[in-house]
Amino acid sequence: MSFDYDKYLRPGKLPHIWCPGCGHGIVMKGLIRAMDTLKLKKEETAIVSGIGCASRLPGYIDCCTLHTAHGRAAAFATGVKMARPEMNVILCGGDGDGTAIGGNHFIHACRRNIDMTYIIMNNYIYGMTGGQFSPCTPTGHKASTTPYGNPDPNFDIAKLAIGAGATFVARGTAFHANQIDKLIVEAIQHKGFSVVEILDDCPTTYGRRNKYKSVIEMMNRLKDVAVPVKAAEKMTAEQLQGKVLTGVLYKEDKPEYIAEYAKVIERAKAAK
Amino acid sequence: MSKKVAFLQGNEAAAHGALYAGCNFFAGYPITPSTEVSEVLSIELPKIGGKFLQMEDEIAAMAAILGASLAGAKVLTSTSGPGLSLKQELVGYGCIAEIPCVVYNVMRGGPSTGMPTGPSQSDVMCAKWGTHGDHPAICLTPASVQETYEEIIRAFNLSEKYRTPVMVMPDEIVAHMRERIVFPEPGEVEVTPRKSPTVPPEQYKPYDTSFGDVPPLAAFGSGYKFHVTGLNKASDGFPTTKANLVQAEEERQVRKVDANIDDIVQFEEYLLDDAEVAVVAYGSTSRSARYAVNVAREQGIKAGLFRIKTFWPFPDKQIKALAGRVKGIVIPEMNLGMCSLELERCAQGKVPVLGIFRVDGEPINPDQILDKIKEVK
Repeated sequence: MSFDYDKYLRPGKLPHIWCPGCGHGIVMKGLIRAMDTLKLKKEETAIVSGIGCASRLPGYIDCCTLHTAHGRAAAFATGVKMARPEMNVILCGGDGDGTAIGGNHFIHACRRNIDMTYIIMNNYIYGMTGGQFSPCTPTGHKASTTPYGNPDPNFDIAKLAIGAGATFVARGTAFHANQIDKLIVEAIQHKGFSVVEILDDCPTTYGRRNKYKSVIEMMNRLKDVAVPVKAAEKMTAEQLQGKVLTGVLYKEDKPEYIAEYAKVIERAKAAK
Repeated sequence: MSKKVAFLQGNEAAAHGALYAGCNFFAGYPITPSTEVSEVLSIELPKIGGKFLQMEDEIAAMAAILGASLAGAKVLTSTSGPGLSLKQELVGYGCIAEIPCVVYNVMRGGPSTGMPTGPSQSDVMCAKWGTHGDHPAICLTPASVQETYEEIIRAFNLSEKYRTPVMVMPDEIVAHMRERIVFPEPGEVEVTPRKSPTVPPEQYKPYDTSFGDVPPLAAFGSGYKFHVTGLNKASDGFPTTKANLVQAEEERQVRKVDANIDDIVQFEEYLLDDAEVAVVAYGSTSRSARYAVNVAREQGIKAGLFRIKTFWPFPDKQIKALAGRVKGIVIPEMNLGMCSLELERCAQGKVPVLGIFRVDGEPINPDQILDKIKEVK
């Protein structure tokens, strides 16, 4: 029997705004399957986003949803989670939203290790505004504002998250649709700040500027570059050239912020 | 039983007033000259199970209080000029998404880093025009430590009642001076609760105007699920670009304040009944003004003081009436003429508006005001 996505979707809100061939819908389906696996209660789950194509995701899901300002998802979500620690708080958004204008909030949410899950759909571009380069656009690639090729080096979101203190970091791709929900399930189950980067595609504003002839070609690229971490262990540096590791990249048990703040409250009450 | 008294700074009083109002969530970022609010609340909030967050920047602090408010908390942030500039986008978010919150901003010299430890009153226009787009604005300008305590409580009440951000803006003198303060007993001052929905979750719409201009606000995690966005939205909370809906929603948001000016605006009239010269002042400057008015009276000049407590919405009605019966208005303020613009607008050319503008980090002294009072013929 096919999976019933409707149980987590808001009636009457589809069709979504995403272009044909965009992977965001694949990620949303993965999130819904993950929520179903974990039996997350809709009214006890907050989904918080910033601005951009990927940040429109919460509007389609029948939970407490908060479409904030550009880049601010992590900071709003921190307020929600601290005020209602019992809620499941899931963040989502794109690479520009999360790592440029929202970069400071992102690294500090990682540092605090607050028990939330951040799904970043990395399509290497600002899609909603028409394809300007983001901090994740590969060097040399074309965007509407890098007509001669992108001079900027690009972020590795997973490394950034690990460096900033996130205690669970995973990476998947929109091609590996069946893996997405499994990564999100594990991320939500993890106690601490978890980051799931999903390599995505934007055929409309990134693909056509960078000589991808079709969505299929973009998807095939995701398939080709992805190497599961286990498989990578047996590969040489040469073989890994140009590849991207997928799966759970990092996991660590460290004191979680809500639990640590509960101790602050205990100490304050004892000192009263 | 005698009431509890203390000798406090304005900033400390603000923190204690917030606690009286039921504040249980604070997020801030260190900035002179308002940091004492953070310091007091970092001690006091955890004692009552509340949350104190020092965020990574001013914007994050504003975002965190908005998120927490949506989850049902009563929230405060504190800042000063440069921080207020940074928070402004999200002040607008609070206005359009209609999220109760209190922003305490101590006015220091500006623009930019300006004079961090010097007093100023140059943020009052920021309280109304700082964030882009049409939006409601409420801003209170206390003049004493006691009043800072009381106005913080009132700010929480107004933000809950009208479901909108409220700013409290003492100048640095009020924020840092120490005065005797008498604490009200619990229950003595009214604390307005948030209007919660009476309909079951499946019928709830976050902007349902069938309940009036201020729709009830459910909390995330309380059994209600709904959508919140910074886009123009319809009554169900979802984005819309339908012209009639956008127009109606924008007008309603502004009307929440505009139609309730008499409920929101507070002021003090001192020796104005027979006054020929009206000094209009707010914040610490009003204290020099009161002194100057007293001296003028001793010298036989019929001067009076109109003290603005609620800067936004501006007391248009009262100033227009005043302009109809005095020979001139004197406005001392620690900026290069901000309140004076509003006074000129209300005076409609009927009487001269004489300004005393100081931006050198020094308070305006009574002599300066007295001299200006004497210029009114």
